[in-house]
Amino acid sequence: MTEEVKAPKKEKIPRQKMPEQKPEVRRHNFDEVPLGYTPELAMKEAERCIQCKDPRCIPGCPVEVDIPGFIKLIKEGDFEGAIRKLWEKNALPAVCGRVCPQEVQCEGLCVIGKKDQPVAVGNLEKFAADYQRLHGRDVLPPKAAPTGKKVAVVGSGPAGLTVAGDLILKGHDVHIFEALHGPGGVLLYGIPEFRLPKAIVAAECNYLEKLGCTIEVNAVIGRSETVDELLERFDAVFLGVGAGLPMFLSIPGEHYIGVYSSNEYLTRSNLMKAYDFPNYDTPIVRGKNVATFGGGNVAMDSARTALRLGADHSYIIYRRSLEEMPARKEEIHHAEEEGVEFMFLTAPVRFLGTEDGFLTGVECLRMELGEPDASGRRRPVTIPGSEFVVEIDTAVISIGSNANPLLTKSTPGLVLNKWGNIVADPKTGKTMKPRVWAGGDIVTGAATVILAAGAGRIASNSIHDFLTYGW
Amino acid sequence: MFEIVERQELAQGTIISNWIKAPKIAAKAKPGQFVILRANEKGERIPLTMADTDPEKGLINIIYMVIGKSTALFKTLQVGDSFLDVIGPLGAATHLEKVGKVICVGGGTGIAVLHPITRGLKDMGNHVFSVIGARSKELLIMEDRMKAVSDELMICTDDGTYGHKGFVTDKLKETLEKHKDIGLAVCIGPVPMMRACCNVTKEYNVHTLVSLNPIMVDGTGMCGCCRVRVGGQMKFACVDGPEFDGHQVDFDELNLRLRSYLPEEKVSYDQFKAAQGHQCTCGS
Repeated sequence: MTEEVKAPKKEKIPRQKMPEQKPEVRRHNFDEVPLGYTPELAMKEAERCIQCKDPRCIPGCPVEVDIPGFIKLIKEGDFEGAIRKLWEKNALPAVCGRVCPQEVQCEGLCVIGKKDQPVAVGNLEKFAADYQRLHGRDVLPPKAAPTGKKVAVVGSGPAGLTVAGDLILKGHDVHIFEALHGPGGVLLYGIPEFRLPKAIVAAECNYLEKLGCTIEVNAVIGRSETVDELLERFDAVFLGVGAGLPMFLSIPGEHYIGVYSSNEYLTRSNLMKAYDFPNYDTPIVRGKNVATFGGGNVAMDSARTALRLGADHSYIIYRRSLEEMPARKEEIHHAEEEGVEFMFLTAPVRFLGTEDGFLTGVECLRMELGEPDASGRRRPVTIPGSEFVVEIDTAVISIGSNANPLLTKSTPGLVLNKWGNIVADPKTGKTMKPRVWAGGDIVTGAATVILAAGAGRIASNSIHDFLTYGW
Repeated sequence: MFEIVERQELAQGTIISNWIKAPKIAAKAKPGQFVILRANEKGERIPLTMADTDPEKGLINIIYMVIGKSTALFKTLQVGDSFLDVIGPLGAATHLEKVGKVICVGGGTGIAVLHPITRGLKDMGNHVFSVIGARSKELLIMEDRMKAVSDELMICTDDGTYGHKGFVTDKLKETLEKHKDIGLAVCIGPVPMMRACCNVTKEYNVHTLVSLNPIMVDGTGMCGCCRVRVGGQMKFACVDGPEFDGHQVDFDELNLRLRSYLPEEKVSYDQFKAAQGHQCTCGS
């Protein structure tokens, strides 16, 4: 191309906005917030990808999806090709398209994002998966010939499902054990319907079953069967049981009626469908004034659930400031739009309640930020004499989870760190116990869906090597 | 699906016994452990401590009192019907050892929970005194089964229609007074009964186990709903229990948390009764 005959400058396409339910509508229902791209919107957004020769987005993805590859296929209108491309690396595209923190992964590294908004990788992934589920033919990716090897996957959350999806395609026999009565782990009990519809979790699990995985629910490994017993029947065992032991604030009054861990609050609402009580049998306290303690994604989920359960006020009480909040920007933004009220630099001191045990309020102290602590965030320091009371009838404690000892305690040979998490090689997922791998929150402590899926990918590669070559 | 193969109505239909086909659980279950049951897709997860197991036939025995919607729904299940989900065995098993002389005290459906523990203690070679009680004769359950696993069985009814007239604590105290060498008490029943028993055994300085029944959801330590205060510390009954040192348990807190959903439970039960056509024996 010569200087004189410069190609006409291509008109820049702006990032296609995801259509969403309006905040004032959605705060009263449990339907999904984003409505999804139409094929036209998706193809237009896909055009924005410049198909870098050396894409930066792929290394940003914990499971290394061929991002330019699947986006190119969407651009060409080959939606089936796009989902096949996604499945090559990701067994859970409909989930990841919704809950991954793309802004710090693929999209955060997108070249377009340097001057403009990055390509909407997450929205496109969601589109490809949803299109396949709703309109696609019943296609499945190709499977390797059976190897005769058997793998037990303990836990059906994102780590376990990824391991299962990878190994079934490689020809191994995969048996998933789930402690609850439905598969999906945190995708089922933790993430609310409005962020991840349960029909989608069911469809992703169903896809694995169609590929040939067996999913056994109500199987509490550690109680109903031990890992050592599994090792008698299986060639390899993967442990992806999640963190799953809620932390409380250790302040007076946590026994009052109306005080929940976020795990309980969300499990009641999501898994047991308490939001539809008494049509469903499990109740939940429908508070008028709800305070959620914590600043992560789970706290946002809890505060937004409270609104949908009919709260007039849903507060987030967080002892640091907005900048230190670990929740995704998008989640904070959604919560704000819906009317969640944020109380920053505020720490709870004790819960208050009636004589018969009903929660009536929480006494708090104001904080100011001091020197940075070990996490690099400025440490909040209390301001003496700043006590005040927030009237609440429901409290949701969302300050993280510890390692659940149910499985690890019953498994001799596993090495744990001082927090009770399983010690596993980050490059392979191998634990110190032969033929046992682990990944996800039970190794790292509470983290994200995609990091768990990434750990699952690492482990599945190592398990495949072991089953194929013996190492 | 978990099929009911045997069903009995006890205590004038207020208490139901089911033998359920659950071979994996039956093979593993130990005294003191519980299962979580769900009748159908919309059902609650209800924790019940097993009253017995038959590993050879692959059966577990649950015995429950009909107190609300979920248990009333369970009651409608007949032989041949199935529970949608049965999860277990859950909780820590009772630590059984030879102590010498032990006393096992049960009230109401607590007797069902007490039964396998009593048998376990007897099998370890202990001399077992048992005290079981109910409001009246018709409401007393498992007399024969408790007799078979006890060296000496005492019966109490509040109204005196059978055995000693009075509370189980009377016989507990009397026995502890007579046998100063009793080394362990296991007391299981309604919260006020367990509290009263613990007050007695404290006087005699006898180590006492109680089995707690707080509200639960998952039963695997994940939600913290079943938190109880024991020795000033927060414990989860589903994984740390359900048995605890009775002298350390904060019964007030337990009692309070058991009342968490009384209004909701009433709504749910009323709706169920209306849909079923009223057929219970409450007299209203």
